[in-house]
Amino acid sequence: MTNSPLTPGIVPGRLPAAAYAANFGDHTPALDGHEARVAADRCYFCHDAPCITACPTSIDIPLFIRQIATGTPESAAKTIWDQNILGGMCARVCPTETLCEEACVREAAEGKPVEIGQLQRFATDLAMGKGLHPFTRAALTGKRVVVVGAGPAGLACAHRLAMHGHDVVVLERRPKAGGLNEYGIASYKATGGFAQREVDWLLSIGGIEIRTGVELGRDVTLEQLKARFDAVFLGIGLAGVNALRAAGEDLPGVRDAIDFIADLRQTADLSTLPVGRDVVVIGGGMTAVDAAVQSKLLGAENVTIVYRRGREKMSASGHEQDHAVQSGVRIIHNAAPVRVLGKDRAEAVEFAYTQDGQGGLTLSSETFTLKADQVFKAIGQTLTGAPAGLGVEGGKFAGNAGKVWVGGDCAAGGEDLTVTAVAEGRDAAESIHAHLSGLK
Amino acid sequence: MANLSADFIGIKSPNPFWLASAPPTDKKYNVERAYEAGWGGVVWKTLGSEGPPVVNVNGPRYGAIWGADRRLLGLNNIELITDRPLEVNLQEIKEVKRKWRDRAMIISLMVPCDEDSWKDILHRIEDTEADGVELNFGCPHGMAERGMGSAVGQVPEYIEMVTRWVKKHSRMPCIVKLTPNITDVRKPAEAAKRGGADAVSLINTINSITSVNLDSFSPEPMIDGKGTHGGYCGPAVKPIAMNMVAEIARSAETRGLPISGIGGITTWRDAAEFMALGAGNVQVCTAAMTYGFKIVQEMISGLSQYLDDKQIGLSDLVGRAVPNVTDWQYLNLNYVAKARIDQDACIKCGRCYAACEDTSHQAISMSPERVFEVMDDECVACNLCVNVCPVDNCITMVPMAKGSVDPRTGTKVGDYANWTTHPNNPSVKAAE
Repeated sequence: MTNSPLTPGIVPGRLPAAAYAANFGDHTPALDGHEARVAADRCYFCHDAPCITACPTSIDIPLFIRQIATGTPESAAKTIWDQNILGGMCARVCPTETLCEEACVREAAEGKPVEIGQLQRFATDLAMGKGLHPFTRAALTGKRVVVVGAGPAGLACAHRLAMHGHDVVVLERRPKAGGLNEYGIASYKATGGFAQREVDWLLSIGGIEIRTGVELGRDVTLEQLKARFDAVFLGIGLAGVNALRAAGEDLPGVRDAIDFIADLRQTADLSTLPVGRDVVVIGGGMTAVDAAVQSKLLGAENVTIVYRRGREKMSASGHEQDHAVQSGVRIIHNAAPVRVLGKDRAEAVEFAYTQDGQGGLTLSSETFTLKADQVFKAIGQTLTGAPAGLGVEGGKFAGNAGKVWVGGDCAAGGEDLTVTAVAEGRDAAESIHAHLSGLK
Repeated sequence: MANLSADFIGIKSPNPFWLASAPPTDKKYNVERAYEAGWGGVVWKTLGSEGPPVVNVNGPRYGAIWGADRRLLGLNNIELITDRPLEVNLQEIKEVKRKWRDRAMIISLMVPCDEDSWKDILHRIEDTEADGVELNFGCPHGMAERGMGSAVGQVPEYIEMVTRWVKKHSRMPCIVKLTPNITDVRKPAEAAKRGGADAVSLINTINSITSVNLDSFSPEPMIDGKGTHGGYCGPAVKPIAMNMVAEIARSAETRGLPISGIGGITTWRDAAEFMALGAGNVQVCTAAMTYGFKIVQEMISGLSQYLDDKQIGLSDLVGRAVPNVTDWQYLNLNYVAKARIDQDACIKCGRCYAACEDTSHQAISMSPERVFEVMDDECVACNLCVNVCPVDNCITMVPMAKGSVDPRTGTKVGDYANWTTHPNNPSVKAAE
């Protein structure tokens, strides 16, 4: 090891080799059988349970927990997958503390919800580990549907369509399927190549062909797809990144947080991945937290998240923020970047404190400067490459149009979460299926 | 701290908590550990006749059922009486009693149903200085197949006969232990009293199969693929035991007959409930087998605190609830209550709603915001919502004041009146 956390600049290998495996190991270790039984025993089997309502995919949580408690986790997995075919990944990445577990009545009763996410992981991991895929295809319909984007929305849509007997072709611009599950989630949340294992497992239903390296607009047009297929589903995500609109943001050392996370996810040996000594992350969402925490885990000496509004406005949950702070990340609220300073490359960022008043956010005259050899922008993604002819509102596809369905982050409505994308993809598939069935 | 020392049929112990005749009282080592932990007395595990001792199975002898978090709720066993030589037991009983003079030492006995057998065993135990004997007419497994245990306890005439022999051949206080595997527990209690018993103890264990192995299709506990019914005990049997204690305590024929209460007693509260229903002391087994002997310390401190809080003595507690145990026909049919849900305590699980809506009287409403409210015009005060609610005291039963109108029936809440005078009762003669 030649470098250390104190080495200036953006360099690899700041830590001893063994530290990487430890730092990027399973963030929340899986429950064993005994722990799962104890956790499952706590569920009250509520009537019309609030956790189900809080789940974007409406998983029958009390039922699957009861199935775990009575020694049939395989049935529990089926209950989960009936509603959410990516239940394994969602069990790992869902902000359960703002969804099902926030709604759990035991959160109200004791401030300690049933560990729904962990129980979901227990059941789905167990069933996947046994090679179970409890879904088969209906009689083939001869209909062909193209899904653009092999992210959570597209995969959920494709699986449900295949189940209904339709043949599906999935187009993906990147080299691998999985979308943000593969490229955009902190590595310690889905260890052991889980994203690809889950994709392989999902495809085992058959009838789904994945074509990678194909990008809508570059390699094929929407019109061509509409002509060649009976229906089109667009789950293309948000490929663009918002600009800082601060001087110096083009300096070397400044980059998009999502690209950094994608690089990290695709790097087999993390000791080869360069990271700054002083890292500044600008933004307040999950991407900001994931980039900041992983910078710290790679050996950066100082990592600071700067968010322009207050703590309560951050889209990263309180749980995520706590995780960042516990990992050694500093969070500064109510400050916005004014300019990135540096001659040939980023050296520091100047911020101004903000005031969140009735007239919106305003910059105060009080400023401060943070040393930064690496700056990550995590201030939101935008829809790019939207084909003409589809309605866009608020920067997202407004809704389905003709034989084109939309879902996931690129579609209006719902939070930009894996679980929401799965729900939208699944529901679009049902809508497509109803449409195609009506056409017979 | 309240004085817990107890005098049960002349047998004194520093507290009313005895260990029941069972595996924990099988030998000197365990009994001394129990005394060290604070137990007031023990009933030594049942002795049999002179001769080769009985044998036990060499596989599992206990089965169980569990509640949430694998909390042991019920235990059954197919263990027989002591399988150690009689002489060894007698020698140890003598040693222990001499060393622990202030603790109660009762010897449980089970020998064949002839006078000579009983005369012989009573003669042999005389020298031990034990405080009394308990006649095991209760064990429902194994020994019953040989004409002992519950085979005797199920025939009141045998109980009377054997008790009479025991009183004839011994001056020791005699407790008759009753089996619950009968139709009416008052009959064997009356028989024991007629035979001259100084007290009864109950309940012994209940015939049971705790579970079936769904792979091997054998009952548990399983011995080489087969199982047999065992004696059930533990918290699950407490309600059955308390009813039987109360029936004897309030029966005209057996009123005043001292009772040693047994059946699922786990905490001081359980013990206090048994005593309020007429038990002069209590015997414990499963709780000790589950948690060890140390639990007696919580029983002692808890019962002391309770008596201090109530400012009553131990003897004041005994039988205090008996006058309030009555027959259904004497319950006040003009007592009207309504369920009340404390909205601040409610965690909105909706279990009260599911229970009422699906299985009872459709008397709880549910709003889109998950506010659950009782509809007084439908509520019959059945108490099911209280029982299924996971939050203590969130739902309570509030009695309606006399003279107010029950919105369900439209009638005024009146004075006490029971079934014996109710117009719907066919045996009530209409007042012309």
